[in-house]
Amino acid sequence: MRVGVIVFPGSNCDRDMFHVLKDVFNLDAQYFWHEDKLPKNLDAVVLPGGFSYGDRLRAGVIAAHSPVISDVRKMADKGMPILGVCNGFQILVEAGLLPGVLLRNTSLNFMCRWTELIVENNRTPFTRQFKLKQRIPIPIANGEGRYYADKATLAALKKNNQIVFRYSENINDSVFDIAGICNKEGNVVGMMPHPERAVESEINPKDNKPSNMIFESLIATVGARR
Amino acid sequence: MSLQPQELEYLTKKIGRTPNPTEMHIVAAEWSEHCSYKSSKKHLKILPTSGPRVIHEKGYDSGVLDVGDGYVVTVHIESHNHPSAVEPYGGAATGVGGVIRDILSAGTRPIAILDGLRFGDIEKDSHARWLFKNAVSGIADYGNCLGIPTIGGEVEFDRCYTNYALVDVASVGFGRKDRLIKNHADPGDVVVLMGGSTGRDGIGGAQFASDSLETEDRSAVQIPDPFIEKLIIEATLEARNEGCIKAIKDLGGGGLSCAVSETADALGIGISLDVSQVHLREADMNPSEIMTSESQERMLVITDKKKLARLQQICKKFRIACSVVGTVSDDKLMRITDKKSVLASMPAEVVANAPLLDRPAKKPAYIDELRRKKEPAPKKDLSKTLLRLLASPNIASKMWVYGQYDHEVGIRTVVKPGVDSSVLRLDNGKYLAVKIDGNPKHCYLDPRQGAMGCFEEACRNVVCTGASPIGMVDHLQFGNPENPEVFWTFLESLQGITDFSKYYNIPCVGGKVSLYNETPQGPIKPTPLIGVLGLADKKPLGPQKIGKGDVLLLVGNTRDELGGSEYYEYVFDFVGGKCPQIDLAESKKNMDAVLNLIQNGQIKVAHDCSKGGLAVAVSELAMTGGIGCSVNLGAVPQEEMEGDRVLFSESHSRYLLVADKSTADAITGYLKSKNIKFGLIGAFGGDSVEFVRGKKTVAKLRVDKAHDKWFNSLRDLVSHG
Repeated sequence: MRVGVIVFPGSNCDRDMFHVLKDVFNLDAQYFWHEDKLPKNLDAVVLPGGFSYGDRLRAGVIAAHSPVISDVRKMADKGMPILGVCNGFQILVEAGLLPGVLLRNTSLNFMCRWTELIVENNRTPFTRQFKLKQRIPIPIANGEGRYYADKATLAALKKNNQIVFRYSENINDSVFDIAGICNKEGNVVGMMPHPERAVESEINPKDNKPSNMIFESLIATVGARR
Repeated sequence: MSLQPQELEYLTKKIGRTPNPTEMHIVAAEWSEHCSYKSSKKHLKILPTSGPRVIHEKGYDSGVLDVGDGYVVTVHIESHNHPSAVEPYGGAATGVGGVIRDILSAGTRPIAILDGLRFGDIEKDSHARWLFKNAVSGIADYGNCLGIPTIGGEVEFDRCYTNYALVDVASVGFGRKDRLIKNHADPGDVVVLMGGSTGRDGIGGAQFASDSLETEDRSAVQIPDPFIEKLIIEATLEARNEGCIKAIKDLGGGGLSCAVSETADALGIGISLDVSQVHLREADMNPSEIMTSESQERMLVITDKKKLARLQQICKKFRIACSVVGTVSDDKLMRITDKKSVLASMPAEVVANAPLLDRPAKKPAYIDELRRKKEPAPKKDLSKTLLRLLASPNIASKMWVYGQYDHEVGIRTVVKPGVDSSVLRLDNGKYLAVKIDGNPKHCYLDPRQGAMGCFEEACRNVVCTGASPIGMVDHLQFGNPENPEVFWTFLESLQGITDFSKYYNIPCVGGKVSLYNETPQGPIKPTPLIGVLGLADKKPLGPQKIGKGDVLLLVGNTRDELGGSEYYEYVFDFVGGKCPQIDLAESKKNMDAVLNLIQNGQIKVAHDCSKGGLAVAVSELAMTGGIGCSVNLGAVPQEEMEGDRVLFSESHSRYLLVADKSTADAITGYLKSKNIKFGLIGAFGGDSVEFVRGKKTVAKLRVDKAHDKWFNSLRDLVSHG
């Protein structure tokens, strides 16, 4: 199974994500620079975290106009699994592949800490192995991680089952404690927390199995598609 | 901003003519205290710098340690005090940037940042709060953007830093030994300036940092751009992998003047640089400005002519500027031209090596006066006193600070910040613990013993994770060295560090000296800072659940030496007395024994006993473990002293060890066999931390209440003002 890891100028979780895909889950991971074309034979794409373009203007907004995004969009239209983590989530939102927006945390500070997610949708390619309401210990690390959507959008998200992860606590005043969402079709998922920082027991002070299931879900999804 | 008359005379003699104004500017930057170490260099030679793991390379600004299996760790420490005191956000941020580029210059990837921050009294002084908040933001915004985890450090407040700031940044790099950049050059090679443009920011920064802070010269502060720095890191490592870098040097203090002269001198080559080829931020800069600008995010690279096209291609990919600014010759001259006209031409060796000074030193009178001062009588309500100490800014949890730093990125952080020392995993399966420590209160009373204490404390922190110390970096921060009393404290601290380093065989692999740290009230307290790296083969000891019935042991003797303690200074506002002393033989015996017990897997949690003494250290264990603890003070090995002192003495060489009850006999048997002073002082359980002597409760606090104060007080202090 071939997974593309897209690298923008300023991405800084690309190497961590690559390591997890390749060394922990033995997948055929490949880097793609933001100006590259994506090959047709990719099974999934991950947009990793970081500070693309130094968060200038607004997190993710410049990267959303990168050449590679048109290929990401094509893959999204075809229903291929796409995951955006942290800055990757911000880029997907800014590219219009996911609804809503990510705002500055209400503390006005960058926040790096462990928290817990609750799985609200187990039909996406990244959550199909979870039970509904299952909990995932996971770290967040962001300055602009407060998810916001207006009332109509939030209602649509609920109606279409697009809320994938919620925080178990009010961590940063995200609307409805949203930590991750998907598109209507469910194949494009964005999340602020960092699963790549939680899958190895050595660096996970709590329980790494739930985070593993995000990647195991992807492997099962791609396996089933083939 | 100019040369001393005797320096001008020396220069004139060396080059055989009167230097022109451009030459004088270049030399003045390079001969500043900041770049030349002219006051300290002679004395720094006493530090032991070699060891089986130490790798020396030409022209490195960072130290290199072999960690086995073909891998190396690099480390460096710097401060950015003057800039941070004027513009804390930019000053702190560019402080991070500079030290990162030193790590990068060795050809290693930066994998961690640590920072030591010191300000005035933030409880009373709103300016100190402003400096503190903005320095933390500067470090967070810069380090987080780079994707390099900030894994530790320390924060301290003391009135001696009023209207001033100490911002120290250490960085650690990691890489393959065979990929270290072995700086070399041959005639005909090309000199390239890579990265950000050269502007008018930071002009004269090195001289600014080499004088007392009388004028708040904001133009001497550099402007940070972490995004460009990130691109430079990736471009440099890619260029290194492609063999495009023969030699590389970061542009820091003194800008091009310093980078060109030091590189030419270190490699024994000549460099001819054409200022008209330097990419500028402003069009009308004159040559002296270009040569001394300290604009950030720039690297000087020497490459083979044949590799130039590839290097330019890599820079293009990352969209960073890359100008060919000069060539390498064999005449050992530093030659600066503006197109064809020669602006400066001097032997690089002369420029890079300022005439060294022999500063006079004299023991300050205050030392003996403070030593003899009558010490305060004990407080009556020690529970209340302990709670006050736990909530004091120097002891309270620093979660508000490290919570703003991404300390997880890079997925190496096995032991996270908030405990004795963070630990990173390395690619060869080993673990690296890193800690920096300083203690100006101790160093003020006794600079030699105080500096040794900082060194031991950093070692203790590393040892508490089960790692053995393998190397050290020091950062020596003092006031104006022209004052013989200040200079004496520098020499004393240096001697203390040297003695400890030699006794333990821990080599000094890098460091920095920062002088002229003066506030309107006078010199800062002597503030040497020691960073220690420890290596462990096995998974380190991190936070583990402490259970009911687990026992608490204290290794080491508690002495009547409360001078410079938080108890005296914070509770009584008393400065004086004798500060904790190190007995090297006892120090090493205790450390070796603790390390042995941890490495044998007999200890659940180990915690160093330092600021605030035994009472604070036990409370910290109880609060982080969420469990009560009862301590029998009668079982604490101690000198005879008044009852309250044993709680708050900051004697060195002490460790708290938590163990399962079933292993207690084996541990005490081992410690007895090694002839070590220790006590089985308590047991965990209940919801209070209490200290009893005989049947009398000396101090008692509810763990949850204490935790609330300790955990939130710093955040509350900062967010409400």
